[in-house]
Amino acid sequence: MIHSLFMVNSHRDIFMEKHWKTAVKRSICDYFFNALEKASSPEDIPPVISTPHHYLITVYRDRLYFVSVIGKEVQPLFVIEFLHRIMDTFVEYFNECSERVIKENYVVVYELLEEMLDNGFPLATESNVLKELIKPPNILRTVVNTVTGQSNVADHLPTGQLSNIPWRRSGVKYASNEAYFDVTEEVDAIIDRSGSTVFAEIHGSIDACVKLTGMPDLTLSFVNPRMLDDVSFHPCVRFKRWENEKVLSFVPPDGNFTLCSYHIGSQGMVSIPIYVKHNVHYAGSGGKFEVTVGSRHTMGKIIEDLRISAVMPKQVTNVNLLPSQGEYSFKPVEKEVVWDVGRMAPGKPPSIKGILSLQAGVPAPEEKPTVTVHFKIQQLAISGLRVNRLDMYSEKYKPFKGVKYITKAGKFQVRT
Amino acid sequence: RYDDLKNMLDQNKDFLKLEAMKRIIGMIAKGKNASSLFPAVVKNVACKNIEVKKLVYVYLERYAEEQQDLALLSISTFQRGLKDHNQLIRASALRVLSSIRVPIIVPIMMLAIKDGMTDMSPFVRKTAAHAIPKLYSLDPDQKESLIEIIDKLLSDRTTLVAGSVVMAYQEVCPERVDLVHRHFRKLCNLLVDVDEWGQIAILSMLTRYARTQFTDPNKYYDSFDGIADKPFYEEESSSDSDEEKIKEKLPKYVMDPDHRLLLKCSKPLLQSRNSAVVMAVAQLYYHLGPRQEVSVVAKALVRLLRGRREVQAVVLQNIASMTLMRKGIFEAFLKSFYVRSTDPTHIRVMKLEVLTNLATESNISIILREFQTYVRSSDKQFVAHTIQAIARCATNIEEVTDTCLAGLVSLLSNRDEAVVAESIVVIKKLLQMNPSQHCDIIKHMARLVDNIQVPMAKASILWLIGEYSEFVPKIAPDVLRKAVKHFPSQENIVKLQIINLAAKLFITNQRQTKLLAQYVLQLGKYDQSYDIRDRSRFIRHLIMPSSELANGQIHKHAKKILLAPKPAPVLESPFKGRDAYQLGSLSHAINAEANGYQKLPDFPETQPDPSVRTVEPVTTDRRRPGRTARSKPPKKKSFYSDEDSSEESESGSSSSGSEDSESDSGDSSYSESESGSDETEGPDSRVSDSDKVKKKTVTPALAAASDSGRSHSEESSGESGSSSSEEESSEEEVKPPPKRQTKRKKETVNLLDLDDFSPPSVSPSKSSTSLLTPMLASDLQGLSLGGANHVEMAGTSSGKSYELLHRVTGGGLSAKYRYPRSPCIYSDTMITVELEFTNSSDSPIQNIHIGEKKLQAGLKVHDFAEIDAIEPGSSKTSTMGIDFCDTTQPLVFDICTKSRKFNVSVKIPVGELVKPVSMAQTEFLNQQGILSGMNENKGKVNVPETIQSSINKKVMEIVNVCIVPSTQSNIHRYAGKTAHGGSVLLLSIDLSESGEAKLIVNCDKMVIGSMVFKQVKEAL
Repeated sequence: MIHSLFMVNSHRDIFMEKHWKTAVKRSICDYFFNALEKASSPEDIPPVISTPHHYLITVYRDRLYFVSVIGKEVQPLFVIEFLHRIMDTFVEYFNECSERVIKENYVVVYELLEEMLDNGFPLATESNVLKELIKPPNILRTVVNTVTGQSNVADHLPTGQLSNIPWRRSGVKYASNEAYFDVTEEVDAIIDRSGSTVFAEIHGSIDACVKLTGMPDLTLSFVNPRMLDDVSFHPCVRFKRWENEKVLSFVPPDGNFTLCSYHIGSQGMVSIPIYVKHNVHYAGSGGKFEVTVGSRHTMGKIIEDLRISAVMPKQVTNVNLLPSQGEYSFKPVEKEVVWDVGRMAPGKPPSIKGILSLQAGVPAPEEKPTVTVHFKIQQLAISGLRVNRLDMYSEKYKPFKGVKYITKAGKFQVRT
Repeated sequence: RYDDLKNMLDQNKDFLKLEAMKRIIGMIAKGKNASSLFPAVVKNVACKNIEVKKLVYVYLERYAEEQQDLALLSISTFQRGLKDHNQLIRASALRVLSSIRVPIIVPIMMLAIKDGMTDMSPFVRKTAAHAIPKLYSLDPDQKESLIEIIDKLLSDRTTLVAGSVVMAYQEVCPERVDLVHRHFRKLCNLLVDVDEWGQIAILSMLTRYARTQFTDPNKYYDSFDGIADKPFYEEESSSDSDEEKIKEKLPKYVMDPDHRLLLKCSKPLLQSRNSAVVMAVAQLYYHLGPRQEVSVVAKALVRLLRGRREVQAVVLQNIASMTLMRKGIFEAFLKSFYVRSTDPTHIRVMKLEVLTNLATESNISIILREFQTYVRSSDKQFVAHTIQAIARCATNIEEVTDTCLAGLVSLLSNRDEAVVAESIVVIKKLLQMNPSQHCDIIKHMARLVDNIQVPMAKASILWLIGEYSEFVPKIAPDVLRKAVKHFPSQENIVKLQIINLAAKLFITNQRQTKLLAQYVLQLGKYDQSYDIRDRSRFIRHLIMPSSELANGQIHKHAKKILLAPKPAPVLESPFKGRDAYQLGSLSHAINAEANGYQKLPDFPETQPDPSVRTVEPVTTDRRRPGRTARSKPPKKKSFYSDEDSSEESESGSSSSGSEDSESDSGDSSYSESESGSDETEGPDSRVSDSDKVKKKTVTPALAAASDSGRSHSEESSGESGSSSSEEESSEEEVKPPPKRQTKRKKETVNLLDLDDFSPPSVSPSKSSTSLLTPMLASDLQGLSLGGANHVEMAGTSSGKSYELLHRVTGGGLSAKYRYPRSPCIYSDTMITVELEFTNSSDSPIQNIHIGEKKLQAGLKVHDFAEIDAIEPGSSKTSTMGIDFCDTTQPLVFDICTKSRKFNVSVKIPVGELVKPVSMAQTEFLNQQGILSGMNENKGKVNVPETIQSSINKKVMEIVNVCIVPSTQSNIHRYAGKTAHGGSVLLLSIDLSESGEAKLIVNCDKMVIGSMVFKQVKEAL
């Protein structure tokens, strides 16, 4: 499947390569660079590029390109999904996926790539298993290793791969047993210029941090499971029980993982916790810009981390704004205005207004900037989803359990 | 150059070696050539330090190909590794050995894969499966033997292996559909538990498979979609009699149960977190599902649009293809395709495509409103695409053509030239459809021609005016005049249109334009471009023929030629034609055939034989001896307990076994009952018999179930019903006391609770083979199976009885024993012996029980229940269980009555030491391969023609074995295992030569093997 992998940084240097079959020359990446040249932004590079003998499938993330070389027909999503899985694994090992950490930890990276893919086919991709095969680096171990000359390869061999629950290693032990679940919901919305909602949906996910001894079997039930009609699960969740009883029953992996993610579509009513009033217009060599935000339907919760940004048309040379709260910045190159409102205190809704300076001698722009909104609301799941209870079977101790709700703005855009 | 590294590698200290290896790996990672270090590195392959070893492996995989001779030095280390007791070391040795790509070691690789294939560790077997495509790419000549290995590995039941072997199958022999038949149902049922990458491989393989094996579920609808172009569900309500008639005429489509099974089993995977899995299911439904069911995938695909950018791009591409063919699926999700300002251009363009495809009369107004927003975007490429999209909506939906046109015309006053140009091009196409109504638009455009600089747009206007000059007779010559002025500075495409315009006007309006036309053609004559010169020469001769050539033939038709009515262009989706490729494939993504792409076959016209997928029940393979089996039970057990812990709470006492068999039989009940009835309708008078038996048994069985006072869920009572129906059927002939029966029943239920059965994979064999599967697992299967088969079984087993006690020596009490061949209820390893006591004296005999037993080493006996009394002239039966320890030594014991004691002995014919085991042919051959040499007895027997037909019966009279369904009609195979040790006994008779048969008996226990051999030989 995957012949080779090239890692390319934003300066278009190939800083690492790995071949699972006969080595493919670096020059194959020229096709990729050509495509990159044509693309207007790094985001815009097509994921699949065809070359005379091979196919290149590329993912772009964290300002890194992973360019994989494919020789034969294969589902592109297979490869894309896998490349992202590799990046996820790096993040899990090194806390970030950047050129620096990859170069610093090239031995671990190479060992990981070796374990994850055999002859181009995925072999071990569960992080629990990988972590047993190859220990993640940490400072203490690095020091110890350099002093003693020991290695970060586990000298005992992992059991997880061989057990029937490949995502959990056996023999887990914790002094304090805890299981936390974060219900995070992101609101995606497009609001049109008149303030009516064109489109809104909620993407939620339940992220878990489970530190439990032994082989616990957990059951998570909801007060209103009917809300979830479009869900995707971590492999540990038993499909059947969900279908029959609408409870999540699973043997959790050890540590952090995303238990499930769900999607509440545009058909259902989605209440939007925020409203934005705006007024942008151009006149001659200047323009007016005014935005006011306010909250509604937040059930008494306070909106935090409120941030409003808008990319101005090319013709805008500068802005001069006055926020009633928080501060703003303007990046002249990207033409982006960012207004950091912060916590939205109850009372007068925060607003920002001021003047835009336009480039002289050029007709005023036609398009108006789209306003993107970011916010966070603690202790609220905007969909109304509530966890009922968490039960544990097959282990004796009493775990500490906790559930947290957060609502965030996802792709929340207001057209002006 | 790298002397320092070489030195470090030669040192004895591990940390120096490690340091050196790390640096070498760093070189490889950066793409520097490190091949000159090969000799120094390869020495360290035997290094004790695991990390050094791993890094050496990495190095070898990279460079061994280039330094084949030196690489051979490392082979012996791997071979040693293959024999290691640690499974992970075996696996990694196999992995590296197969990865170094040195053609000389192909035979070694082959051996290693063969060993790995039968390894007891599923992890090693997985690695072996991975090694298959590697070997294949190294040496394609090995294909045949690799296919054999794949065939064997396909029967592996562990989820770990399933995905990998299917990948190997796809790589090596995707054309061998026949290999999949037997595993189809198993793969379907395992699907949910396989790892995500394996799921993708299996799903795509099964899609292809299903395309060759099932008929098109939509054919029925398609055939009258042509007549009445309506979605089918409306037809139900519409009472159009014509349609009704057609409906009746067409044969009712019945989906193959296996087809249904596949759809059912893949559906939950739509909830996978892995987008590739979701896509794989979606394409499976799209390509295989009945039209009305395809919509289930929409929700999941729309969910993927929240994923990573690359995922979005690919998914949108596929959705675009799907919407082009079947609009309805995604109609409800229209708004999910609205463009966001943060989307990169290629995603926007694809969203536009989807929106356009989804446009219908009812939603066009919202879509157009959305498009209006897009037109104002600052991304000009996107705006251009939007304009095209609007035009497509306009052509597809007549109601809005005018609105769209008006909208597009308003765009003509846009300040951005690109927008205007694109609009012109698009308007030109639209106008062609209906020019007469829109002459004001044409005028408007004529006015624009001076300002527009984009060649394509300019050319379009000129063409429009030339074509429709009749609507703008006054303006047209003026436009030409202006255009001619700038002729030399125009692009080629514009020049051509100027010439065209001149020619057309010359024909319609010669008076005003003759001079202009001549001027243009003169300019064209000396143009730099061939094309222009050619065109002007051609036009000149067409419209103003010079006198010498003037036969005037063509000239007469010039008007017809130039002003022929031209068909309006059809605005097509750029995605048209992509549906030739399988959805989700690389070829689909690049819209060209990728290397190794195989076209998805069309559905066959007629359904191929569905019975090829039926598999005999593999009874309790956990009891099968040998390496593979030993490793399996714990695996199996926990794997299913994982499943059933989720079920237990609801179904109470029903255990994992019952649950599985339940779901299995549920899935396949259709086929089972079908083949079941095949059997009953079969050749002879048995029909009525078995029917009777069935009828009789059902009621008492159910009654018994409720009698036993247990609260069962419905399914478990159904199952115990079936097991007791079997019970009763033997009762028909034996008539054991009813007391025993209930007792036995309880026992069965207990076993049910305690035991974990491997799922008795869906069952019955072809109608020609009668099955002997008295194991509990098979008892648990559907009623229909129980009835027909077990009657026959009782017929063969109730045969001989042996004398235990003669009535003379017993003082009137006589006893006989026989082997009913029913599974022993006391213990797994015991054999059931049925004792029949008859009182031929004239007084009752009381308190018959077992007295002193002289047990040889290892023998175990479960006494029969004491018999209170036997009236004179009557007889009673009782059963006891004896564990003969797989020997034929007799059991000697005393039978005591109230007053006397008789010393008796029970002898066992060797054939009764065996219990039948059903296995598949491949499994059989596999086992036979293992049990060769000393464990094999071979010989030739004369078999008269008369016996040949009844050979199964003959053999089974002697040995308690089960028939292995065979693909060759003249080879009979039987399988069993010894009751105590569970050693496999295999018997095969090859009748290929006339009158003489080759008899082969394989058994782990050599003594038993040879004794069985002798007995069978005598009997035949």
